[in-house]
Amino acid sequence: MFAYAVRRVFAGIIMLTAMSMVTFVMFFASPIDPAQFACGKNCSLEQRAQVRKGLGYDQPVWKQWKSFAVGVFKGRDYPEDKSLRESAPQLVAHCAAPCLGYSRVNIATVTEEFKDRIPVSSSLAVMAFLMWIAGGIALGAIAAITKGSIIDRGVVGTALVFYAFPTFFVGLFLLKFLAIKWQIFPVPNYISIADGGIGSWLTNLVLPGLTLALFYMAGYVRMTRAFVLESMGEDYLRTAKAKGLAPRKILFKHTMRAALTPLVTMAGLDFAGLLGGAVITETVFNYNGLGKLAVDSVQTYDLPTIVGLVLLLGAFVILANIIVDILYAFIDPRVRVG
Amino acid sequence: MSSFLSVRDLVVHFPTVDGVVKATENLSYELDRGQTLGIVGESGSGKSVSSSAILGLHRGTNAEVSGEIMLDGVDLLKVNDETIRRKRGREVAMIFQDPLSAMHPYYTVGNQISEAYRVHNNVSRKQARARTVEMLDRVGIPQPDRRVDDYPHQFSGGMRQRAMIAMALINDPGLLIADEPTTALDVTVQAQILDLLQDLQREFNSAIIIITHDLGVVAEMADDVLVMYAGRAVEYGPTKEILVHPEMPYTWGLLSSVPDVVGDTDAKLIPIRGNPPSLLTPPAGCAFHPRCDHTDKVPGRLCFTTLPELTPARAGGDHTKRCHLVNPDEVYAKEVLPEIAPEMSEEDA
Repeated sequence: MFAYAVRRVFAGIIMLTAMSMVTFVMFFASPIDPAQFACGKNCSLEQRAQVRKGLGYDQPVWKQWKSFAVGVFKGRDYPEDKSLRESAPQLVAHCAAPCLGYSRVNIATVTEEFKDRIPVSSSLAVMAFLMWIAGGIALGAIAAITKGSIIDRGVVGTALVFYAFPTFFVGLFLLKFLAIKWQIFPVPNYISIADGGIGSWLTNLVLPGLTLALFYMAGYVRMTRAFVLESMGEDYLRTAKAKGLAPRKILFKHTMRAALTPLVTMAGLDFAGLLGGAVITETVFNYNGLGKLAVDSVQTYDLPTIVGLVLLLGAFVILANIIVDILYAFIDPRVRVG
Repeated sequence: MSSFLSVRDLVVHFPTVDGVVKATENLSYELDRGQTLGIVGESGSGKSVSSSAILGLHRGTNAEVSGEIMLDGVDLLKVNDETIRRKRGREVAMIFQDPLSAMHPYYTVGNQISEAYRVHNNVSRKQARARTVEMLDRVGIPQPDRRVDDYPHQFSGGMRQRAMIAMALINDPGLLIADEPTTALDVTVQAQILDLLQDLQREFNSAIIIITHDLGVVAEMADDVLVMYAGRAVEYGPTKEILVHPEMPYTWGLLSSVPDVVGDTDAKLIPIRGNPPSLLTPPAGCAFHPRCDHTDKVPGRLCFTTLPELTPARAGGDHTKRCHLVNPDEVYAKEVLPEIAPEMSEEDA
């Protein structure tokens, strides 16, 4: 098991390396000249060349990547070009290892950019995750048990409705009615636990969390229902019944256990994806999370931030995959090796 | 004298969008402790459905069950759900055809067997585990104290079925229903399992219903045999009687279709022509008539119009059959026996 995990982590690192390379290539493969973009509208040729040099874009792509890769381990100083550094030492920015880059747009190292935003996106992810898991599995199980009844059809139908509505609509809807009009919740503004305590941290997460959760819950309701129904048709349930087990015991110990396994896999991967930020929800509620950062960095052609984000999100997903696979071995004895 | 198990006029119908599926019609039989009843029939003859009714497995589904099932003086069809649940696994137990799918893949074999024990007995986990190991040993599983923590997929087919038997018998049920217990196993293992069942029957004095399509199993194990066709009993009586003096053409067909491995191995196999009938719209009259070779021997068109009643066989006793033929023993001796066992037809069977 340990050897398996180590192998997977190693493969993950290789994958992350490849991802960073691809990102660099893609960035420079775009038709827009990033130096021109950074320079602005009224940009003379000399200014553009200067900007290009300052940002390090005059180097070949592979060399830029190499500096980046070395910088991850050893730290870097900006600007890249030595002559520029010497000419204006007060403008030199030092990026300590592990250095993911320095964003000229936001005047901060990528790591600094992440520092404040990661808790925001993570809180949102955790809140949404708890809501959609609890709601999705419970409602899905109820729908499966009462299959064909009006409860079942109601649950499935409602799920479909929420799945179809775009998150910006749901988010705005919740914001308008629950926060502004009826004032059940305060207008959400992210408050970290350190600043406002757990209470206000939670209350401010409810609406955006719910926005996200409703969307995912819809999918999970349908899937839980399907898995539970499939599990209910299995032969071992007939055996359980023939042994004289009480219906509730059969449901929880036998049916749900089998149905939960594929759900765990999916939940793990969905959660990991969500850790990277939820763009629309963060925008609607004005939460400064990784999602917002991602959109902004692409719009401003901020290469270092883009690369940093790609690696961070990639790492989340790779790690989640590894954890889920290992978890599966604990859940399903048939999967274990040896 | 009343029997331990007495089934009377059992009817199981399944209403569907296409109509009512008459899976079991007016089934009656009796069984005592220490005795084995073999229920034989093709797929879809109602063998499993009727036996599942004894355990009340149709409750909560849309099946319509009526009649009487007396087990040790209690009518199982009239008790409430909680009562029948308490009897399941304790007074009457069932083992199923495929032991791999019949066990939950995520729990150890020991866990599942102990579960059967702890449902009906208020004991600690440790005590239940000890009893489980004891049962595993009793059914012939080697190193039971280690195998008890294995998962079902780590057992071989024969061992899994033994584990299922252990699970079923752990509470000493008076009645064990084995639904095609050896169909998924190879022949040598099959013999071991049947031996095991017979040993355990002697030890616990349980009544056994063995459902099978294999006449060899019936010949080996059953004291009485019930031949089912289209949801009805078509022949019922002591095994010895029925195997030697069968009086219903379907039974003749079943006996004829058994391949002869010692005699003429080049001889053609003799199947029963046609297909099993639809339980939704069974044939009028005798359900077997479309596949029967002897309808011409019955005067009028009785086979096509009138359902035969269960009547005593020529030799009398407990042997009954559902057929319009007036002299089945002669027909059997003259036409059927020469096909099955040419060397026997000269003897006075």
